[in-house]
Amino acid sequence: MSKTLFDKVWDAHVVHKIKDGPQILYIDKHLIHEVTSPQAFNELEKRELPIFRPQQVVATADHNTPTKDQHLPIKDKLSRKQLSQLSENCKKNGIQLYELGHKYNGIVHVMAPELGITHPGMSIVCGDSHTSTHGAFGSIAFGIGTSQVAQVFASQCLLLTKPKSMRINVNGKLKKGVLPKDVILYIISQIGTNAGTGYFCEYAGDVFENMSMEGRMTVCNMSIEMGARGGIIAPDQTTFDYVKGRKFAPEGQEWKHQLDYWKSLPTNTDAEFDKEYTFNAEDIEPMITFGTNPGMGIKINGLIPEKNDASFEKSLKYMDFKKGESLIHKPINYVFIGSCTNSRIEDFRVAAEYIKGKKKAENITAWLVPGSKQVEQQIEAEGLKTIFTEAGFELRQPGCSACLAMNDDKIPAGEYCVSTSNRNFEGRQGQGSRTLLASPLLAAATAIEGKIIDITTHLN
Amino acid sequence: MEKFISITSRAVPLAVENVDTDQIIPARFLKATDREGFGEHLFKDWRYHKDGSENNDFVLNDSTYSGEILIAGHNFGCGSSREHAAWALSDYGFKVIVSSFFADIFKGNALNNGVLPVQVSPNFLEKLLKTIEENPETQIEVNLEDQYIASSTFGGHESFEIDSYKKTCLMNGYDDIDFLVSKRAEIELFEKRKELARVSD
Repeated sequence: MSKTLFDKVWDAHVVHKIKDGPQILYIDKHLIHEVTSPQAFNELEKRELPIFRPQQVVATADHNTPTKDQHLPIKDKLSRKQLSQLSENCKKNGIQLYELGHKYNGIVHVMAPELGITHPGMSIVCGDSHTSTHGAFGSIAFGIGTSQVAQVFASQCLLLTKPKSMRINVNGKLKKGVLPKDVILYIISQIGTNAGTGYFCEYAGDVFENMSMEGRMTVCNMSIEMGARGGIIAPDQTTFDYVKGRKFAPEGQEWKHQLDYWKSLPTNTDAEFDKEYTFNAEDIEPMITFGTNPGMGIKINGLIPEKNDASFEKSLKYMDFKKGESLIHKPINYVFIGSCTNSRIEDFRVAAEYIKGKKKAENITAWLVPGSKQVEQQIEAEGLKTIFTEAGFELRQPGCSACLAMNDDKIPAGEYCVSTSNRNFEGRQGQGSRTLLASPLLAAATAIEGKIIDITTHLN
Repeated sequence: MEKFISITSRAVPLAVENVDTDQIIPARFLKATDREGFGEHLFKDWRYHKDGSENNDFVLNDSTYSGEILIAGHNFGCGSSREHAAWALSDYGFKVIVSSFFADIFKGNALNNGVLPVQVSPNFLEKLLKTIEENPETQIEVNLEDQYIASSTFGGHESFEIDSYKKTCLMNGYDDIDFLVSKRAEIELFEKRKELARVSD
C-alpha cells in the first residue's frame, strides 16, 4: 500500500484504536523543561502514579534561565524555584537532566538533536510547540500541553486523532542570501497562519533535499506558525551523516538495523496527500515580517500590503507601520540572534561571515544567544567569538532568552527588534516590544547598519 | 474534572482574529509551579496598561458584558502550547469558547480542562458577535449532549462537532490519564512486540 512518510512513522506507533475515536500513540522520547512540567509531576504525585518509563524522558532547563552569570544563583525567586523543582522532580523520578551549567545544557530543540537523542522514525513529544523541529529527521514530533505531559508520564502514550496529511514542495535553486528561515517565512506568508491546522506537513523537493540538517530544523521548527501540528522531512544521507557518531546515536549492529529501517521511511511515489502546495525556489527573496503574526511577512524590498481588515489594522497600529510602506531604512535599536529556530552553529557562521571586520552601529544592542553549551563552545573554537566581540556584539550564555522574554532579556516597550526567533506576537519579546522576524543574515546586517537594509542589493 | 452537560449564559464578545496564547497569558506569568490563580493574568496586557491602570477599551473591563462564554475571532489560541492559557480562561470563569476556528494544541488543552471549544461557521460567529454587541443581555445556550449552540434572541441555532470519546469524557468528568493507565497491559505488549522485532531482525 502507498504510504506517506508520516503514515509510516505514525502507524508504527499505534498501540490501540478506539472505535470512532482517537488512537493510542506510543511515544519513544519525551523531552521536558522547567516551565510546562511541574504541574504534570504534581498531577502524578496527586494520583500516586509513578513515571512509567523514566529512561525515555530527557530534561533540560532553557525557557526561564538567565543568559548571564549562569554560575551564580538565579536572582529571580520564582525562576529559581521553577528550576530547583525541575531538578528535584528529575532526581526523584530517575530522569536524566541536563541542568543549567551542564556541558550538554541548552534549548531542548537544539540540545536533543545535537546529542543524537533525535532519530528518524521516532515519535517525540515535548510541552513546547516548537517540538516540530525534530521532524527534520523524519520523526513525528509535536508540542503538547501539560495534561498531555502527565499522560505521557503515566503511560508513555497519548490519545490522539490522526492528523490529515499535507505536503509542501519547493523546487529550484535558492537565490544568494536566501536562507532556510526565508524559505519558511515565505511559505507562511503565502499560505497563512492556519493553513496547516489539523495537518502534519511534509516538506519535499530539491530545496529541502539540498538543505543541511540545521536548515531543515529551522524550517520544521516553524511548522506550528502555519498551524501545523508538525513538519517532517524524509531522512536521507544528510540525516544519517548528521546522526552518526553522536552521543546517543545507535552503534554497530543496531546502527545497521536502524539504517535499513530509516531508508524505508520516505513517502512512496504514488502516495496521496490531503492537501498539497508547490512553490518555486526562484520566487523566494530574503524575508522580514511587519506585523504581529508570522504570516505577516514580505520580501525585504517589498511593501506592506494594503488590506482593509480590522485585525490587520490592529496589528499595524501596534507596530506603528503604515499600509503601502517599505521597511527599508527603518531605524532599529535591537537585534537578537538566537532561539530554537536559529541558534545553531551555522546561524552564527552566517552572521560572523557578514560581521567580520565590521562594527555594529552605535544605536544597536545586539544579543547573540547560542542554543546550547556545545554551540557556545563551538563559537569560541571556530574563532567566531572574537569576530562578534570585536564588532561590539554581546555573546551570551545559552537559553531561550529574548524569544519569549521569560528571563531578563526583554526588549523595551515601543522598541523594534530584528529577531531570528519564531514569533512576532504582541509583547512576545517584552511588554510593548515590536518584533520583526528575519534570518540571521538580515539580523546581522541590521546590527551593522543600525537600520533595515535591502540585503539583496548589498550582496550583489 | 468537572462534568459538562450544557450551559445557558450571557457572553463576552472578543472580535479579534488570531488571538495567540501569548495574549491569553503572557510568558512572564509562566513561572508558577502549580495551576491555580492564572485567571488574574488572563489577557493581562490587553486588560491593563503598562502603568497598571485598566484599559477601558478592552471588553473584559466593560461591565456591559459578562458570562461564562467567550466569543472570539478566527484562529483562536494559536501559538505556544502553554496549557496555562486554558487554565487562565477556566480560572477566570469561562466554560465555553466560541470561534470559527481553533488552533490544534489549544483545542486539546481546553478539552483536557473542561473548557469546551465550540467551532461555528463564520456566518454564525458574525451574527453572534453582532447580537451580543447590540444586546449584551442575550442568553446563549450551549448544549454538549445534543451538540448545538443557540440563541433565541436572533433565532440562531447551529450544531457543532466533537469527538465522541472527548464528549463522553467531558460529560462524565473523565480524563485521559485514567483511560491510558487502564491500557497499560496493552502498552507493555506493544513495547515487547517492538523489542522482539528489533532483536530478531
